[in-house]
Amino acid sequence: MQMKLKLTGTKRTRSNAITYGIVVLAFLLVQIVDGTGNLTSSLRGQLVPICAYIVMAISLNLTVGILGELSLGHAGFMSLGAFSGVIVSVSLQESIVSDPVRLLVSLVIGAVIAGLFGIVVGVPALRLRGDYLAIVTLAFGEIIKNVINTLHVGIGRNGLRISMTDQASLNLGEGGTVIIQGPIGAVGINKTSTFTAGIILILVTLFIVLNLVHSRSGRAIMAVRDNRIAAESVGISVTRYKLTAFIISAALAGAAGALYALNYSTVVARKFDFNTSILVLVFVVLGGIGNIRGSIIAATVLTVLPEMLRAFNDYRMLAYAIILIIVMLTSNNDQLKQLIQRATSIFRRNKDSRRKGEESTHA
Amino acid sequence: MTFLSYLISGLSLGSVYAIIALGYTMVYGIAKMLNFAHGDVIMVGGYMSFIATAHLGWPPLASVLLAMVVCTALGIVIERFAYKPLRAAPSLAVLITAIGVSYFLQNAALLIWSSNPKSFTSIVRLPSLKLFDGELTVSSVAIVTIISCIIIIIALTFVIGKTKIGKAMRAVSEDKEAAQLMGISVNQTISVTFAIGSALAAIAGVLLCSAYPILMPTTGSMPGIKAFTAAVFGGIGSIPGAFWGGLLLGMIEIFGKAYISTELSDAIVFSILIIVLLVKPTGLMGKKISEKV
Amino acid sequence: MPSTSKMVPVPSRAIIPERDLNATPILEVSHLSVHFGGLNAVEDFSIIVGRTEIAGLIGPNGAGKTTVFNLLTKVYQPTRGAILLDGNDTAGMNTVQISQAGIARTFQNIRLFQSLSVADNVKIGLHNQVKYSTMSGILRLPSFWRSERRAHDEAMELLSIFNMQHMANYKAGSLPYGAQRRLEIVRALATRPSLLLLDEPAAGMNPSETEELMANIIKIRDMFQIAIMLIEHDMRLVMGICEGIAVLNYGKIIAKGTPEEIQADPAVIEAYLGQKKEA
Repeated sequence: MQMKLKLTGTKRTRSNAITYGIVVLAFLLVQIVDGTGNLTSSLRGQLVPICAYIVMAISLNLTVGILGELSLGHAGFMSLGAFSGVIVSVSLQESIVSDPVRLLVSLVIGAVIAGLFGIVVGVPALRLRGDYLAIVTLAFGEIIKNVINTLHVGIGRNGLRISMTDQASLNLGEGGTVIIQGPIGAVGINKTSTFTAGIILILVTLFIVLNLVHSRSGRAIMAVRDNRIAAESVGISVTRYKLTAFIISAALAGAAGALYALNYSTVVARKFDFNTSILVLVFVVLGGIGNIRGSIIAATVLTVLPEMLRAFNDYRMLAYAIILIIVMLTSNNDQLKQLIQRATSIFRRNKDSRRKGEESTHA
Repeated sequence: MTFLSYLISGLSLGSVYAIIALGYTMVYGIAKMLNFAHGDVIMVGGYMSFIATAHLGWPPLASVLLAMVVCTALGIVIERFAYKPLRAAPSLAVLITAIGVSYFLQNAALLIWSSNPKSFTSIVRLPSLKLFDGELTVSSVAIVTIISCIIIIIALTFVIGKTKIGKAMRAVSEDKEAAQLMGISVNQTISVTFAIGSALAAIAGVLLCSAYPILMPTTGSMPGIKAFTAAVFGGIGSIPGAFWGGLLLGMIEIFGKAYISTELSDAIVFSILIIVLLVKPTGLMGKKISEKV
Repeated sequence: MPSTSKMVPVPSRAIIPERDLNATPILEVSHLSVHFGGLNAVEDFSIIVGRTEIAGLIGPNGAGKTTVFNLLTKVYQPTRGAILLDGNDTAGMNTVQISQAGIARTFQNIRLFQSLSVADNVKIGLHNQVKYSTMSGILRLPSFWRSERRAHDEAMELLSIFNMQHMANYKAGSLPYGAQRRLEIVRALATRPSLLLLDEPAAGMNPSETEELMANIIKIRDMFQIAIMLIEHDMRLVMGICEGIAVLNYGKIIAKGTPEEIQADPAVIEAYLGQKKEA
């Protein structure tokens, strides 16, 4: 008995180790390809965004897969992290000279701000049963987009100034720097994000999410997902654990946003719209709901692939829509599930009969 | 006078929201799902009417009928192929599928009609009403919209309260299994609900495009989400709730635009949703739904 | 208190002579009522359950038995009446607080955490017994390792009551029906209750499984020294192990007493015969 349990213990550790390993291996591989001069410039430009999207996908999978709720405003949290990260980075330009340290501070503050808004959104939505979180997060994403579009932020002699009307009212004085210019967005960003920083953020995200899942709080979160009434009956506070998961998820999205924004010299609020939220949802659904490693792979493939298949671009969104529908139908309808199982078992039988003498695989 | 003119615009926009919200609220009440694609059915309705009038030269009323027929069929097809197989699935799966359907409709429209906005000619071709010696101009579209909304509410209240299908709808919304035992076809009832909701969406689409004459593949998504907000505001599942929620939300949006900020009017509308859920989660007229243990 | 004079445990004095009847009973329910719409689902329900008593709640389908459990665990708030747990009023408590106060339950339609392992299901039951913060879980602080080891050991020990240790790593949803029912009991026990509510524990079991369950229920009572209240249709089980029985019909108690008294009660026979005629 004891033996068997230890076995699953190592199995779980091994599965996690593979996930970490894939990330590290991908990092090394990119370094080698880049070192030998084989990395195309368009792909090099995609490295940091891919990292940001991977973190987004893991973060959304925490909400969708582990918590079992849907967030349709994850881009809103990304946006909050992006713009607060940019403000921090520009403001601290002089006081923190080291780029990596400034990036770290920006990421942390981006995460904290997004996490705080996670509380604001989560408290009204997560108390309720049903699809409320989805619609509230969607509304929240729109609010954030609207508000940042009207926001003017600058830093001058009087410190950080914020205005909802125009740039002139910032009163920055001489030598002041405008950071956010309403609908034009944030400009003059000093690019501090690097691929290495992106990989480290992915590893930290994995560490947080995987450790959370395999802990007392993680079990409580999944208990609420599997059966709310039973979870309450064993003394688990449903709202508390839903909020815990959602806040962590929002904070990680904020960090991803800061990483993303600090990779460009300008960034606009429109970038983080409903389509971005849906894109991340497609990563999660295609990678497998609750499957963290799947999210990483799906986010990478679906970001790199459209770059390579330009012709496919017109049909990309349509294909995403079809992916969402087909994956949901086939994984949740018993008849379709059986149909697919039968189809794959026939396929496997054929394969097996071709490879004579080999052991047959289980369907 | 400007206040009065805002009030009428608010009521007119609110009437459109109310008609859309009815579709959300009926489907939510009976199938217990958030039909995310409802907003995009509006857009399809708009395009149908546009094609009929601009390309085929049909009279306005015929174009509305075409839009209704197409949208009704579309609603039934969506329900049959995307939602019905998931009747027993967790709500998360249903919701993601609905989002997929919404996204599918938007992007299919994008491929068919391109992202170039079409300028929609109002189906109401009556002159505007001038009141108070021309100080107040009320567009005929606004009047038609408000009247349509009132007629629809009265008709729907009658259908649900007095007819056989209405009784079936109420029964299914109370308890699916019990309704089944009483010999009510649950599948057929849900189908009819989607059909009615989609036909209403078509009307809403035509009225919306007549008032705001820019037609794009994404035309329906924002009004759809706002109408859902209206449904939650009024109390999801409640027909009068959808009506009052829609009207109030339309007025909040127009007055917000006029007196606070054009850019922030959407933010104001959505903040209302969050506040309502904090203060009175069941909405103005909703009832508490209890779960069987 | 005339209405509580014929309490459940009193007539069963002879069955467990060692029980201290002077001590505060674990559960004291008086005049409990709940109305849904115009319907009186439970009306004027009063019972007392002793500290180590096995009590039965029986009655025809739809009599309101599960509703009583839902009222005791505050899934529904009562319209009227008081529930004293170990002498303390539970008014104003919610389901979570009731669990922490010491009532655990199983469900008529099994409610396990289907996608999680058997061991995890029990560890979730231990949620308020073995504690450490979310932060130490994420950072893998020493308290995490210490508590996880303890949680694991306790889960295994609890599973061993039903000889289920070898199933620890199976998905709860993949277990056979009987094992799922047993796992639900183990999970409830993990919360360290002083009162365990079992909602039709023998449903779907064959006679030999039921026999085993009866022995196990007594074993659990003796091991944990707790009170157990159960809803059951299997009369052999109820008459075999319950020391006190209350019969519910149309939301009202129509009889209370020892198994012998209940079997002889004309009102009970009437209720059950009436039901048989319908069936």
